[in-house]
Amino acid sequence: MDFNFIIHCLPLFVAAAKLTVTLAFFGIALSLAVGALCAVANYYKVPVLKQLANAYIEIARNTPLMIQLFFLYFGLPRLGILLDGKTCAIVGLSFLGGAYMAEAFRGGLVAVSKTQIEAGLSLGLNRFQLLRHVVFPQALAVAVPVISATAIFLMKETSVFSIVALPDLMYLAKDLLKEGHSAESNFLLVISYLVIILPVSLFFSYLERRFRFAGFGS
Amino acid sequence: MLDSALSVFTAGRNMARLMEGLGVTVWISLASVGLSALIGIPLGLIMASPKRAAAKAIRLYLETIRVMPILVLLFLFYYSLSKVGINLTAFLVSILVFTLWGAAEMSDLVRAAVTSLPVHQKESGRALGLTEIQVSLYIVIPQAIRRLLPGVINLTTRMIKTTPFVFFINIPDLMKVGQQIVEVSGVRDYLASVWVYGFIFLIYFAICYPVSLFSRFLENRWQSG
Repeated sequence: MDFNFIIHCLPLFVAAAKLTVTLAFFGIALSLAVGALCAVANYYKVPVLKQLANAYIEIARNTPLMIQLFFLYFGLPRLGILLDGKTCAIVGLSFLGGAYMAEAFRGGLVAVSKTQIEAGLSLGLNRFQLLRHVVFPQALAVAVPVISATAIFLMKETSVFSIVALPDLMYLAKDLLKEGHSAESNFLLVISYLVIILPVSLFFSYLERRFRFAGFGS
Repeated sequence: MLDSALSVFTAGRNMARLMEGLGVTVWISLASVGLSALIGIPLGLIMASPKRAAAKAIRLYLETIRVMPILVLLFLFYYSLSKVGINLTAFLVSILVFTLWGAAEMSDLVRAAVTSLPVHQKESGRALGLTEIQVSLYIVIPQAIRRLLPGVINLTTRMIKTTPFVFFINIPDLMKVGQQIVEVSGVRDYLASVWVYGFIFLIYFAICYPVSLFSRFLENRWQSG
């Protein structure tokens, strides 16, 4: 292994990693927003919106991110909708992630037992208080492990972004490979992803422990 | 509009090639899922058993695989194996990598299914005078399978949705063939990319959706039982 080469390439990998982290951050944040909206539409059984949300969830969950991105990046411009690579990446990631997050929230909301809601109502809580003090904390405790697993999954999915011509880590590794430095670039590739994903993964396992308070009845 | 769609799919061997690509995708999925089950189930049983050291080793393997994007693993194996003198075709490398990942995930599902069974189930069996083999055969395994199957089916769709990654190591799967067709037809036909990628989108949906429905059906059915 050529350490001079590694040091020489380090800034390139830092830049690529920054791009990956930025896109993942916006993608995951939007996923949470989309997921929350779908879950609310489902929970309150809003007509039309509920059906739309469910159709969207099934479509997004049952197709690979790569084909979603291909369609956004190569298909839509031909229909007059031109999106650049970064926008495609964020839209694609939140299209996929929103559906998974919606399922995570839904799972949490469903897990709150009816007796809890009835108990809250009989204590005279109004709708908002019920949501704030009874439903939401318990739903979150159930949803957090699924949300964190989804966030990690989405971070790993960012590895395909080079197909929409973004200079991310995979793009860089492939580029350096052509120059015949496969050992060094593979090493840097692995280290970069470790540096990105390990802290997030540790943070989420901390979060899961923090949120494990609502173990009612089990 | 429809004319242009028709001409993209009927030109040359386009449709036949897409179907060949689909064949490659299906083959890789089936082989990886099958091998993952074959390797993952025994690993999961070891993890659920009281063998501490072996369970820890498998856990380490699982976490190592989980932290890396599968695309990175695929890339590493494809470009590194030949460096150490192991020459596999891209097709075999993809099955190897998907199996390494799938077996790890499968072992975790099996472990969870077996250890989630309440201890009193086994104890009641023993109290009734069943032998250890009978306890496994009539009490543990049937219940574990019920808990396991929905997760395994989910993993299957996840693996199918991961196969497009082989595009990166130039395997002529559905995605690669689609891209080649778009490159050629896109010159004449302005909407080629819309039709071809839309079609591939639908194919993936047509494969994965029924499988997910089946998994949900089993979950609902067995939850009440």
